[in-house]
Amino acid sequence: MLRLEKRPSPSRLWTGATPLLAVLLTMLAGGAMFALLGSDPVVAIRTIFWDPLFGEFAFYYRGQLLVKAAPLILIAIGLSLGFRAGIWNIGAEGQYIVGAIVGAAVGLAAYPTESRLIFPAMILAGAFAGWLWAMIPAILKTRFNTNEILVSLMLVYVAEAMLASVSSGLLRNPDGMGFPGSRNFKDYPAAHNAFLIEGAGVHWGVVAAMIAVIFAYVLLGRHVLGFHIRLTGEAPRAARFAGVNPSLLVVVCLGISGALAGLAGLFEVSGPAGQISIDFNSGYGFTAIIVAFLGRLHPVGILLAGLLMALTYVGGDAAASALGLPSAAIQLLQGMLLFFLLAVDVLANFRIRFGRTEAA
Amino acid sequence: MKRRTVLKGAGALALGAGLAAPAWAQKKVKAGFIYVGPVGDGGWTYEHDQGRLAVEAHFGDQVETVFQESVPEGADAERAMTQMALGGADIIFATSFGYMDPVINVAAKFPKVKFEHATGFKRAENVSTYSARFYEGRAVQGLLAGRMTRTNKIGYIASFPIPEVIRGINSAYIHARKVNPDVEFSVVWVYTWFDPAKEADAANALIEQGADVVLQHTDSTAPQAAAEKAGNVYTFGQASDMAEYAPMPRISSIIDNWAPYYIRRVQAVMDGTWKSEDTWDGIGAGMVEIGEITEVVPADVRAEAEALRDAIAAGEYHPFTGPLKKQDGSAWLAEGEVADDGTLAGMNFYVEGMKGDIPS
Repeated sequence: MLRLEKRPSPSRLWTGATPLLAVLLTMLAGGAMFALLGSDPVVAIRTIFWDPLFGEFAFYYRGQLLVKAAPLILIAIGLSLGFRAGIWNIGAEGQYIVGAIVGAAVGLAAYPTESRLIFPAMILAGAFAGWLWAMIPAILKTRFNTNEILVSLMLVYVAEAMLASVSSGLLRNPDGMGFPGSRNFKDYPAAHNAFLIEGAGVHWGVVAAMIAVIFAYVLLGRHVLGFHIRLTGEAPRAARFAGVNPSLLVVVCLGISGALAGLAGLFEVSGPAGQISIDFNSGYGFTAIIVAFLGRLHPVGILLAGLLMALTYVGGDAAASALGLPSAAIQLLQGMLLFFLLAVDVLANFRIRFGRTEAA
Repeated sequence: MKRRTVLKGAGALALGAGLAAPAWAQKKVKAGFIYVGPVGDGGWTYEHDQGRLAVEAHFGDQVETVFQESVPEGADAERAMTQMALGGADIIFATSFGYMDPVINVAAKFPKVKFEHATGFKRAENVSTYSARFYEGRAVQGLLAGRMTRTNKIGYIASFPIPEVIRGINSAYIHARKVNPDVEFSVVWVYTWFDPAKEADAANALIEQGADVVLQHTDSTAPQAAAEKAGNVYTFGQASDMAEYAPMPRISSIIDNWAPYYIRRVQAVMDGTWKSEDTWDGIGAGMVEIGEITEVVPADVRAEAEALRDAIAAGEYHPFTGPLKKQDGSAWLAEGEVADDGTLAGMNFYVEGMKGDIPS
């Protein structure tokens, strides 16, 4: 007989090993699925997990991994702070969109002036707008005790409607023959978030993501605010006795995550995406929630989880086109990864015992 | 291995294109297709994929096709096309308007690969554009809608406020009003090309407001299903025949037939005669087809619609023929004057009689 026995404290060995085990299980189950779809499972798994890193065209894919991972990591770092304290910002997608709109608007308003100050101003505007959008659920929660999950999520739809409106109205390219979408920042060097090293995939958003990881690591490990965040999450009552102001913590956590999401949006719109368009957002704000939990709300974990998630996107797309796989199969693979990770988490918290249960 | 070392480094993208370029005699032509929806959408993407299959059937061993479905418009599209170009594609068909800037960017990096962008207006040495005169089909639909409605209320599910969609609305409205001066159009903007849930909501809302004919410029069959459930409502297949809903509610359809164009362009690549051009074909060239008008439609109305179709096909009649005024009452086309392609391509106004505003 199999039975689970709760460990007195989570196993360190398994906490480290479960992500790897989850990836392995995903490869096995995913391979079986690809085989059922009539593709060679070994080739499919290699195309997704190996080729982008070490294959023939890795020089291109490695850069793309950074491009894809940077916004995920940037947003997930911000979310993880709140999640640790039990503050649930589910609307990062909305803050991402608003940051992109306002940041882009600042750049477009300056067109065609050339100045070194334009891009920094856009960065500030993007972060500020994301922060402001997150302040709506924060203030409503602290003043009227509303649920931040619902409010932040609903504001995503408001942001999407704003995006549709500005891309076919206010920010529409005057030279675009009436088609929706703003000017392309690639044609406007002063506002363009260009690659710092051509082809390496490193743009300012990647730099910002790295800084955010370090910042969060230091904050959580060394700073009293980080201590308060962790304490509130683990022992809310103790936190109150320790003098933590819960309202202030809500405002700070939502504010940081909003500002980082806004930054991610600004870097994306001025760089890889290039323009404000109706479908500019592609769900980074929601995927980042998965990345935050996949990385166990730990800054280094989030860094790795973001890169892994990017790998499944970049490799998955490559496999979809090279092997003619349906896009749903790739999404299934990503779902499996999350599923297996949560499933094998059991091993970190429980011990498997063989044999009969002894009478207690 | 040697090839990989050659390809290493940042500036190697162009080199990669050089190596991937076809040696005509030995290698078969590789054609790539980027789709905005799933191939099973039963509409827009489905018909493009039918075109791809027709290319395969026509050329057999001489051609290899690859495709990637559900590619978001923006940075992801750029990566998907780069992947195909690196993978040795000789010609890439990007089948949605939102791929416009990504196509131009990728095409600049791969000067030897030919790109074909559907429904856009930006061309380059190695970028062609192509589109179909769907508004010709809309004229026939408008006539049928105007004849078949009993409530004189016609619903229109519109995707995005871009010239192509606005052109369709105007064309349908002009021809509905011509046969039924009391007819009124209500337009719902859903800001998506493919979202069965949103499309069904829009259809239901229109039907509840009394519309008994629903036209759609979105790609799923959800509005057909909604109309079938409601009973006495007529619809038209969009992009694809959607014959599974015939004879009721689907009484006719506009079918996009891309096969002849795709075969012609792949042939041009094979022959080395491919040139950048702008193609805009309609019913006459067979790019737009009118699906069977079902027996639900009275025989005289059917004959009237077929006559209109044949007149457009023969070039005897243009759906935008004066006298026509703009919505604000200002003059547009004088008696007998025909709209020029430039105005049609950038159309951003309703014709006189239409209610409501184009969102901006």
